[in-house]
Amino acid sequence: MSTAATRETQQPASLLRRVLLQGKYEALTMLRNGEQLILAVVLPLLALVGLTVTPFLDGMGSSRINVAVPGILALCAMSTAFTGQGIATGFDRRYGVLRFLSTTPLGRGGLIAGKVLSVLAVLCLQVVVVGLVALALGWQPTAAGWLPGLALLALGAAAFTALGLLVAGTVRPEATLAITNLLWILLGALGGIVIPAERLPAAAQAIVHFLPSGALGESMRAAFLDGAVNGGATLILLLWTVIAGAAAIRWFKWN
Amino acid sequence: MVRFPQSPVLSIHGLIKDVGPLSSLDGKMLRVVSGVSLIAERGQVTALLGANGAGKTTTLECAQGLQKRNDGSISLLGQDPAAAGADLRSRVGVMLQDGGLPPSARPLPLLRHIAGLYAHPWPMEDLVGRLGIDTFSRTSVRRLSGGQKQRLALAAALIGRPEVLFLDEPSAGLDPQSRQLVFDLIAELRDSGMGIILTTHLMDDAQRLADYVYIIDGGRNVAEGTVQELLQRSPAAAQGEHVRTLVFEAPAGLDLAAVLPDDVDVSESRAGSYTVTGALTPRHLSALAQWWEAKGVMPASLSLQARSLEDVFLDISGKDIR
Repeated sequence: MSTAATRETQQPASLLRRVLLQGKYEALTMLRNGEQLILAVVLPLLALVGLTVTPFLDGMGSSRINVAVPGILALCAMSTAFTGQGIATGFDRRYGVLRFLSTTPLGRGGLIAGKVLSVLAVLCLQVVVVGLVALALGWQPTAAGWLPGLALLALGAAAFTALGLLVAGTVRPEATLAITNLLWILLGALGGIVIPAERLPAAAQAIVHFLPSGALGESMRAAFLDGAVNGGATLILLLWTVIAGAAAIRWFKWN
Repeated sequence: MVRFPQSPVLSIHGLIKDVGPLSSLDGKMLRVVSGVSLIAERGQVTALLGANGAGKTTTLECAQGLQKRNDGSISLLGQDPAAAGADLRSRVGVMLQDGGLPPSARPLPLLRHIAGLYAHPWPMEDLVGRLGIDTFSRTSVRRLSGGQKQRLALAAALIGRPEVLFLDEPSAGLDPQSRQLVFDLIAELRDSGMGIILTTHLMDDAQRLADYVYIIDGGRNVAEGTVQELLQRSPAAAQGEHVRTLVFEAPAGLDLAAVLPDDVDVSESRAGSYTVTGALTPRHLSALAQWWEAKGVMPASLSLQARSLEDVFLDISGKDIR
């Protein structure tokens, strides 16, 4: 080894390379974790099949599967960005991984950017898997729905990543585990994400529109069923992203 | 030892750090560091020595940019770590007390990932071989022993070939072989010009590794110097005499004080175990030996020890458990 005194001064790898490396590392870690994989792929696929063989969504659109798929994609974003990333970050915080990586050239900003990137990478895989299964089951998406649909999915991922980091950065990892799993089930079933607000109890309908799950589900269905942009729902999603992001920046504890 | 810092790798002046508000203090802030100052040089091991809760780790975390200070100044390689970017972080290696390694990770892929964050990382095979990580490179972190985890954490801190290395309690959990390996590597890195700053509550670590020691207690500097200088801190040592301790076992109840001059401390810590401490000279030893001969006493065991850093530490920081 050349000695510290005689060698060149150390340099960080470029910012882009650092963020890409971290994104890749975190995405692979997530995909290697069996529980995360169940949450990210198996449960959404089960929900997709469940909604196509039951009459919950009858009369909402051209076919059961056409109504179901946008909501299932939204559910995928919630799985990966909120529950998956939240739990992983909570435990990384417990084990000092966040503190250690903050001292490397990656830094705190690079760490967060890497996490966002890993969520988007896993979400892309989910879209491909769910999309292929859905097409096999007879899904006929509106061509005009893809562009707003994928953009909304990215916005939803941002909102849920911010919410996941807010939970992970403020409570113990065991509590993060409980909160993010419980909310995934509650919002998944009653939050307007896969089952449209109209099919929920009247008491739930009023608040569902203002939840990030309801806003994402509704705007995804508007995109893929009608090729339309639901301005109100998109605005609510944007507000959640900004508020949760600001709260995470303000209250996230690194150790 | 007089020190003329040319360009120290780290200098801290008057560091103040409050934490809280704490519910145990009725919502008040707790001052954990109240005015620590220190200087660490290139090519030296600088040790922060202190009991648990003395403020060592907090001081280091402020120096690493992990915590924001309330007051005082810190210069790490000429920059303020609180405002530093990736350039500074690439020149500094950090080994945290709790390791900071994800339990599901495997050592080799983890090290490869961290190495990718630097432009000129330490060649992987060399580092992994030196720290003996090749024997467990594919075992997940959660299955590693304490010593293996520590060696991996050290490798993670060194992979960027830093100019400054922070080690928080580096020998925690190390078995004797790992300890020797790690200590030899630290000495070699020091000799290559790296500035190494470590915290420890183990006097033995400081005595074996440190070129310069800062003793921290209650968030303040209480003493500093080379190990030699600190060992000589006592009333007798101040007069140029070296304090030593003689321990022997003999029949209980001997009246040693009658035999030895009163310039040394004599105690029978438990029945039959005697301790004589002070600026011992051949005259003291001779008096004891003649007395043993006259009484027909042969000690069952006998040892003469230089004063340890632990004695100095206890003198300075008190013997109360806090």
